[in-house]
Amino acid sequence: MTLNLLVAGLLFTPLAWAVVSLLIGFRAGRWLAGAGMVLQAGVTLGLVWTLTGQGGFEYALGDWQPPLGIGLRVDGMALTLVLLTTLVASACGLHAAGYLEADRPGQRYFWPLFWFLWAGINGVWLAGDIFNIYVGLELVTLAAVGLVALSGEPPALRAALRYLFAALAGSLAFLLGVALLYGAYGTLSLRLLAEAVQADGTGSAALALMFAGLAVKTALFPVHAWLPPAHGIAHAPVSALLSALVVKASAWVAIRLWLDLGPVLGSSGGAFLMGLLGTAAIVWGSWMAWCQTGLKKLVAYSSVGQVGYLFLLFPLTFAVSDRVAELATQGVMLHLISHALAKAALFMAAGNLIWAVGDGRIVSLAGAGRHLPLSLFAFGLAAVSIMGLPPSGGFTAKWLLLQAAWQAGQWGWALAVLVGGLLAALYVFKVFAACYVDKASGDDFHYPPRRLDLMPLGLAVMALGLGLVAGLPLHWMGIGGAP
Amino acid sequence: MTTTVALPLGALLASLLASVVIFMLPERRHGARIAVNLSAAALKLALVCVMIWGVFQGRAYGLRFAVLPELDFVLRADALAMMFAGLSSLLWLLTTVYAVGYLEDSPNRSRFFGFFSLCVASTLGIALAGNLFTFFVFYEMLTLSTYPLVVHRGTPEALSAGRKYLAYTLTGGAVLLLGMVWLQSLAGDLTFQPQGHSQLLAHQDRGTLTAIFALLFAGLAVKAAVVPLHGWLPAAMVAPAPVSALLHAVAVVKAGAFGMVRVLYHVFGIEFSAALGLLGPVAGVAAFTIIYGSVRALVQTDLKRRLAFSTISQVAYIPLGLCLLGPVGTAGGLVHLLHQGLMKITLFFCAGNYAETIGVQRIDALDGAGRRMPATSMAFTVGAFGMMGTPPLAGFVTKWTLGTGALAADMPWVIAVLVASSLLNAVYFLPLVHRLWFRELPGAWPREHHHEGRLETSPWLLWPPLFTAASILVVGLLAAVPFSPLSWAELVAAREFAP
Amino acid sequence: MSPGLLYALAGMLLFVMGLAGFALLRHLLRRLMAFNLVGSGTFLVLVGLAQRPDGEPDPVAQALVLTGIVVAIAATALALVLMRRWFDLTGRTRLDGEADE
Repeated sequence: MTLNLLVAGLLFTPLAWAVVSLLIGFRAGRWLAGAGMVLQAGVTLGLVWTLTGQGGFEYALGDWQPPLGIGLRVDGMALTLVLLTTLVASACGLHAAGYLEADRPGQRYFWPLFWFLWAGINGVWLAGDIFNIYVGLELVTLAAVGLVALSGEPPALRAALRYLFAALAGSLAFLLGVALLYGAYGTLSLRLLAEAVQADGTGSAALALMFAGLAVKTALFPVHAWLPPAHGIAHAPVSALLSALVVKASAWVAIRLWLDLGPVLGSSGGAFLMGLLGTAAIVWGSWMAWCQTGLKKLVAYSSVGQVGYLFLLFPLTFAVSDRVAELATQGVMLHLISHALAKAALFMAAGNLIWAVGDGRIVSLAGAGRHLPLSLFAFGLAAVSIMGLPPSGGFTAKWLLLQAAWQAGQWGWALAVLVGGLLAALYVFKVFAACYVDKASGDDFHYPPRRLDLMPLGLAVMALGLGLVAGLPLHWMGIGGAP
Repeated sequence: MTTTVALPLGALLASLLASVVIFMLPERRHGARIAVNLSAAALKLALVCVMIWGVFQGRAYGLRFAVLPELDFVLRADALAMMFAGLSSLLWLLTTVYAVGYLEDSPNRSRFFGFFSLCVASTLGIALAGNLFTFFVFYEMLTLSTYPLVVHRGTPEALSAGRKYLAYTLTGGAVLLLGMVWLQSLAGDLTFQPQGHSQLLAHQDRGTLTAIFALLFAGLAVKAAVVPLHGWLPAAMVAPAPVSALLHAVAVVKAGAFGMVRVLYHVFGIEFSAALGLLGPVAGVAAFTIIYGSVRALVQTDLKRRLAFSTISQVAYIPLGLCLLGPVGTAGGLVHLLHQGLMKITLFFCAGNYAETIGVQRIDALDGAGRRMPATSMAFTVGAFGMMGTPPLAGFVTKWTLGTGALAADMPWVIAVLVASSLLNAVYFLPLVHRLWFRELPGAWPREHHHEGRLETSPWLLWPPLFTAASILVVGLLAAVPFSPLSWAELVAAREFAP
Repeated sequence: MSPGLLYALAGMLLFVMGLAGFALLRHLLRRLMAFNLVGSGTFLVLVGLAQRPDGEPDPVAQALVLTGIVVAIAATALALVLMRRWFDLTGRTRLDGEADE
C-alpha cells in the first residue's frame, strides 16, 4: 500500500499537476506548484526511508505484470536520482516563480510543461525496461522543447526547432535499437536482457544505435551543436532544468545500458571511442565556453564540456578489475549529481546577474564585484565544483575518476580529467575577472530580489559540501535492486 | 564536544565565520567590520596559543572523518603544525591591523577583508591538515581566496597579474593532485607522521617513488616560488601592500614550503628520502633559487619588486635546510619558516608605509626618507639587517644553524651558498639603508599624505612593523629560550631522527 | 525469407530513406515528414522482428508500436506548432540563413 502511494506520488501526481496547471494560468500555478513540491519532497523522503529500510524492489504499475504492464526498477541509483530531481526541480521551480514575468503571453504553459518534464524524468529514473525508458525520454524531450520555445520569439523558436529535430533523430535511433533487441531476445526488461544477451552482431548493432541516439540527446561532441543555442536562449530557470536534469536523463540511460549490457555486447574499441569523444567534448566544450561573449552561452558550453566526463565511464568500466569499475561508476555518478547541482546554481545565478546588470554580455558585468551580490557568490561556489576543486562534489568525483584511471593503468583519461579542470578554470575566471574590472562610469546595479538569490546559493552550497559527505550518496547508490 | 576537537575546529571557524560575517556586513559599517576582524584574529591567536601549550605538554588535538571509504579528512595539531599555525595567526592579527590603516577610505573593503579572512582560514587549515588530501583541500582554497585579493584594484595590471597567478598555481595544484593520486593508488591514504611511512613505501619501485616525489615537489614549488616556477610572485606585487605581506610572509609561499616539509618528513620520511637520492636535487634547486633570486633582486628599481625577488631567494632557505640530513639542518630550515615570515612582513609593512605616506615606490626616490619617517625606517633597517644575517637578529640564527647543519651533514658547499647569498643580500639592502639615512631629500615627496597627531604616519600602519621588527631582535637574542622559534624547531626536528 | 523478416527489411529501408531525408532536406515540413518516415520504418522493424514461433502476432510489439505512434503524433504536433509560429513571425520555411525555395 505504501509502495503504491509512493510510486503514484512520483509518477502520477506530476502528470495530474500538469493537467490542472494548464487550466489555471501562471499565477495560480505557483501555489499549486508549491503544494506539488511539498508533496514530491514527502514522497521522496518516504522512498528514502523505504529503501534504506528494506532495500530495492521491482514494482508492477497497477499490478499489471510485464511484459504488457509497466515494470519499475526501484534501486539505490534510482532513489538517489529521484532525490536529486526533487531538489533541483524544486529549486528551479521556485526560482521561475519569481523570475518569470507572469503577464507575458506563453507563460501560462510554463507550469504544465514543468510538471510534464518532472514526470518524464522520474519515469526515466525508475523505468525497468527499455521501451518505457524511450517513452520517458520522449516526454522529457517534448516538454523541454516546449520550455525552450516558451517566449515565442524567433530566436527561441529556432533554437527549439533545432533541439526538437536533433532529439527526435536521437529518439528514433534509440527506438530502432529497442526494436532490434526485442526482436533478438524477446524481452524488454533490462534485468532479463542482461541475463539473455549474447555477444552477437544484432545485439552490438542495437547497442551502438541506442548509444548514437543517446549521444545526440546528451549533446556529446560532435553532435552537441543543438545544446548551446537552446540552453543559452531559454529563461534562466529553464536552462537550469535542462542542463541539470534533462541532459542527465539521457546520459543516465546510456550509463545504465552500458553497465547492464556493455560487459557482453560492448567492445574495447567502442568503449575507447566513447572515452575519446568524451575527452574531445571536455576540451572542445571548455574551449568554446572560453570563447563566448554571452554569459549564458558560456555556461551552456560548459555543459557540453562537463557532459564529456560522464563518457569516461565507458573505457574505465570495460575489461578492468571490479575495483576500478566500482571507482569509475561512483566517480561518474557523483559527477553527474554534483554537476546537476552546480550547473543549476550557475544558470540561475547567471540569470540573476543578467537581471542585475540588465545585459547578458560578460563585459557588462564590470563593476559587479563591488556590490557583492549573493548571486555572484552562488556563481563562485558553484564554479568551484565545476572546476573540480576541493572540497566540492566535483572534486571528489574527479578524485574517484583519477583513482580509477590510475589503477587501470589508463593514464590518458587521468590527464583528460586534470586538463578539463584547468580549462574550466579558464572560462570561470573569465567571468570573475570581468566582475573585477573597475568601471569608471556610474553603475546602475539592480539587486535581484533576495528570494531569487536563495535558490542558486542553496544548490551551490550543496554542490560545494557534497565532496565532504560524498559517502552518503555513494552508500545510497550501493543499495541493490530487487533481490 | 571535547576540547580535543573544539580547539582546532574553533580556530578554523574563527576566521571562516569572520569572513562570512564580513561579507554580510554592508560596505559602510566600518566600525563593526574592524571589530569583527580584530576579535576573530585575537580569538584565533588565543586558541592557537592554548593548543601550542597543549602540544608542548604532549596533548593531541584533532578530528577525523571519512569522506570516502578510503579517504579521510584529518585535522591534527602536531608540533610542526603549531609552528605554522602560530606564525599565521600572529601575523594575521598584525596584518589585519595594518590593512585597516592601509585601506582607510578606499572602496570595496567588505570584499577585501572577507577574502582576507578566508585566506587565513585556509592557511590554518594547511597547518592543521593531517594528510595530503586535507592539505590539498586547503591548499586549493588558498589559491581561490587569494585571487580576489591580487586583483583587488581591478586595473588591467592587477587582472593580468591575477591571470598569471592562477595559471601558475592551478597548474601546480593539478600536478600536485596527480602525484597524490599516484601515491594513494600505491599506498593508500597516508596520514602525516614523524619519520614518514618509509616501511610502507620501502618495497615500492624506486623510479615510481621518485616520479611521485617529483610531481608533489613541483606542485608545491609553484607556490613556494622556486625557480623556474616563480614568475607569478613578482607580477603579484600590484596587489595592495597587506596582500603582498600575506603572499610573502604568512600564507602562499609559506604554504608551499610547509607542504615540502610535510612531504619530505611526514610522508616519505627524511632518511628514506635520502636513501632514494631525492635530497641532492632538491638542495641543488634550492641553492640555485637562492642565488638567482638575489641576483635578480639586485637589478630591480622598484622597492616591492626587489623585496619580491628577495622572497624567492629567502624562502628557498627552507627546502635547503630540509635537505641537510640531520637535526641541526632541519631545525635551520624550519626556523626560517618563522624568521623569514617576521622579517619579510616587516619589510613589506615598511614598503607599504613609504608608498602610502610619502608616495615613494622606487628605490632611487627613497633618499632622506629616514628623517621624514624615522620609526618606519628603523624597522626597515632591522628587517634588512636581519635578512643579511647580522648578529644577533633572526636571520643570523637561521644562517648559523644552517651552516652548522651543513657541516654536520658534510655538505660544505652549502656554506658557500650561504655566504654568497649573504653578500648579495648586503649588496642589495645596504644601498637602500644608506639612501634612507645618509642621503638628503632632493626635493618634495612625490605624494605626501599628512596624518593627524605626532606620529609620522597613521598608528595603524606604524605599530605592526615596529612590533615585528622588535620580534626579529627578540627571537634572535632569545633563540635558546624554550618556546622560541629555534627551540621549537629543534623540538620538531629531534623527533624526525629518532633511532 | 519469412514475411516478418521482409517487413523488417522494408522497415530498415524506410528508416534509411527517412534518415537521408532528415539529413539532406532543409525545408521544415519536409524534414518533419522525413522524421515520420523514419518513425514508420522503426515501427515496421519492431513488428516484423517480433514474430512468435507459432505464427501468431506478438501482442507486446503491437502495444509498443501503438504507444510509439502516439508519441510520434505528439512530437509531430509540437513541431507543427513551432513551425507555424516560426513561419508567421519570419515568413521563412527553413531555419538557416539561405533564401527560401
